[in-house]
Amino acid sequence: MSNSHNNESFWRKYIFSTDHKIIGIQYGITALLFLFIGFSLMMVMRWQLAYPDTAVPFVGGLVKWLADLNGFASDGNLPADLYNVFGAMHGTIMIFLGVVPLVVGAFGNYIVPLQIGAPDMAFPKLNMSSYWVYFVGGIIMLFSFFLPGGAANSGWTSYPPLADIATTGQTFWLIGMVFLITSSLLGSINIIVTIVQLRAEGMTWMRLPFFVWTQFVTSFLLVLAFPPLEAAGIFQLMDRVFGTSFFLPSGLVVGGQALQVSGGGSPLLWQHLFWFLAHPEVYVLILPGMGVVAEIIANNTRKPIWGYKSLVYSVVFLGFMSFVVWAHHMFLTGMGQAMSNFFQTTTMIISVPSVIILSCLMLSLWGGSIRLNTPMLFALGWIPMFGIGGLTGLPLGLSTPDIHLHDTYYVIGHFHYVVAPGTIFAIFAGIYYWFPKITGKMLNETLGKVHFYFSFIFMNGIFWPMLIQGLAGVSRRLADGGTSYAHAQDVLFWNEIMSYSAWLLAVAQIPFIYNLINSMLKERDEKPDANPWKATTVEWTDTTSPPMGHGNFEKAPVVHRGPYEYSVPGEASDFTPQTQS
Amino acid sequence: MEIPYNVELREDTGLYNSKLGIWLFLASEIMLFGGLFSAYILLRTGAPVWPPIGADGHSVLHMLKETVPHATFNTIVLIGSSVTMVMAWVSLKQKELSKYKMYMGITIACACIFLIVKYFEYSHKIHEGFVPAHDTYMALYFTLTGLHGLHIIGGIIVLAYFWGPGFKMWGLEPERFTNRIEVVGLYWHFVDLVWIFLFPVLYLLN
Repeated sequence: MSNSHNNESFWRKYIFSTDHKIIGIQYGITALLFLFIGFSLMMVMRWQLAYPDTAVPFVGGLVKWLADLNGFASDGNLPADLYNVFGAMHGTIMIFLGVVPLVVGAFGNYIVPLQIGAPDMAFPKLNMSSYWVYFVGGIIMLFSFFLPGGAANSGWTSYPPLADIATTGQTFWLIGMVFLITSSLLGSINIIVTIVQLRAEGMTWMRLPFFVWTQFVTSFLLVLAFPPLEAAGIFQLMDRVFGTSFFLPSGLVVGGQALQVSGGGSPLLWQHLFWFLAHPEVYVLILPGMGVVAEIIANNTRKPIWGYKSLVYSVVFLGFMSFVVWAHHMFLTGMGQAMSNFFQTTTMIISVPSVIILSCLMLSLWGGSIRLNTPMLFALGWIPMFGIGGLTGLPLGLSTPDIHLHDTYYVIGHFHYVVAPGTIFAIFAGIYYWFPKITGKMLNETLGKVHFYFSFIFMNGIFWPMLIQGLAGVSRRLADGGTSYAHAQDVLFWNEIMSYSAWLLAVAQIPFIYNLINSMLKERDEKPDANPWKATTVEWTDTTSPPMGHGNFEKAPVVHRGPYEYSVPGEASDFTPQTQS
Repeated sequence: MEIPYNVELREDTGLYNSKLGIWLFLASEIMLFGGLFSAYILLRTGAPVWPPIGADGHSVLHMLKETVPHATFNTIVLIGSSVTMVMAWVSLKQKELSKYKMYMGITIACACIFLIVKYFEYSHKIHEGFVPAHDTYMALYFTLTGLHGLHIIGGIIVLAYFWGPGFKMWGLEPERFTNRIEVVGLYWHFVDLVWIFLFPVLYLLN
């Protein structure tokens, strides 16, 4: 089997590859494209919010073309129906096609086997199929934009009864989701088996880098939380295709007409099944980000991460608790105060491990000799951003203030702080950090810093005003951004500021994209430095950059120590590799 | 490059890779059917009568009583197939190939018998107007048994592969092949187990 990859055809090597590194890159590129698509939808929506019902500049023709195709009237502006489509698909694409495939599919796939000293994932063929199932799911989602009535338009949460009676796009959404769920399931089973079975000799559980721990917990969340959503998706598909009434109560009237269904169903059933996935999903988005940040902070403070064991126990506890907080999304559904009390208590409990993790990362900075390179800047930027995201969540987790804040822009501001500057800063940090490993070339530092500072400013420019608008009571999902509401008038001027921030955030990504492409095209050094950051973990110390083809390691690594032995007294250098005996 | 612990056990975990993989897959399946069963509980507790009465003024109750014998027969068939599944694996362990072929064949035949009985049950109900849209009981009945049926069909495809074309792996890597039969056996027991829950919930507790 050895060296057989040399004679493999292009298709076998790069398209239908079973090498975890190629699959990781495939996931990464596809997910970044989806991230861009999701972001573009939002940029068009932001025009509508800042200047309601005026023609969209630059892409007005495209918007009109799509609106005509879907059967909505448009003069180059974004009609309300299409706004709903964009809103629902922005959420769906960003979460299920962008961030999860990036943090789990790309980072998990590429980094985990290297960090634990494994030759590949445990099931390489399964790994390939999980990428292609994801790809098909993405194509189905994109295709649904061109259907009459457009893509799904009932929000990314797809609440029935609205979603049950929505246009055909919703059926495609459900089918696409079944593919994406299957893909996540196969991928996460693979990651768990890899971590349990393929750890190198001496790589005990308490010697695993924290990033591997986060991937481990994340994969369990995906394995156990996604299937109930699959069940719910099948029910909704039955409702839409076979006319059943899983989510349709008796006596439902739509547009003045009694709906001809048997009734007897429950809209709350969907919400329970949906949030049973979608709350753990939040942790799926954020945990790998925490792992990336921990790696980078340890490396760039040149000292051991503060409280490794606390971090590990916290992340495991957090994963467990994330299964029993879901109904804090449903305080206002009338499910009853007893239920609300239970879920607000568990919600307060789950904030404890999050705070422990954040505190450990902050305390790690204490007394370190900090190197302010681009990955470190993004990691440092991540800490307060995730902190704001977490703290603004507390009032939402208590059922009384939630009465005022529920479904307002405050909620949007809160969870975007968690997943936009939160997760995406961690992703950027990870890309800058591991790019030299993946390609054998460094990214340009100056461009990286420009990318960081402007992204940092404009991210806050988008999401901070949302908190203000939300506190003033402006609802989410309004196609005019609140223009027609008296109570919103005082905070309407923020809409323009947010929109300009969003467009400028797009401009701030140009140095990043240029940097990526330019560095990729650069000639590789004859013998690239395998460990430019002077790191301790196995992926840097025991293999070349980029790592050799199938197999990863010339010689199976043997691990002798913990992952963050920086500045050990008495050692010659300020980092002691895990594999140094 | 070979992935370690494909066949032999890892010392500290006592597992080979695909065995852990299938247990994780079954864990996710438990969550899937757990979601389905909790929907059953929620809809049933919210219904004034069970099974509910549809728009035509009838409930499916009288038909369910008739089909209990069929479902009982199916339950016995599936439990029998679980036993022969184990026998097939044991035969491989003892290197008795003709016995393996026989037991595997019986397992596949049992699965097919189950589906044929199910087909008659379905068509009889649909013929009488008890389609999924009739009421929430019928919706649950068709969704739950339908998904279970899909699992049976998936099982038949995999079992038939290992009975027929997949069997040539025995000549090359007998241990790995035996492991595969153990893994598919675990899946098959799970599918039977789901039915053991479905049978009382859908047919008896009405």
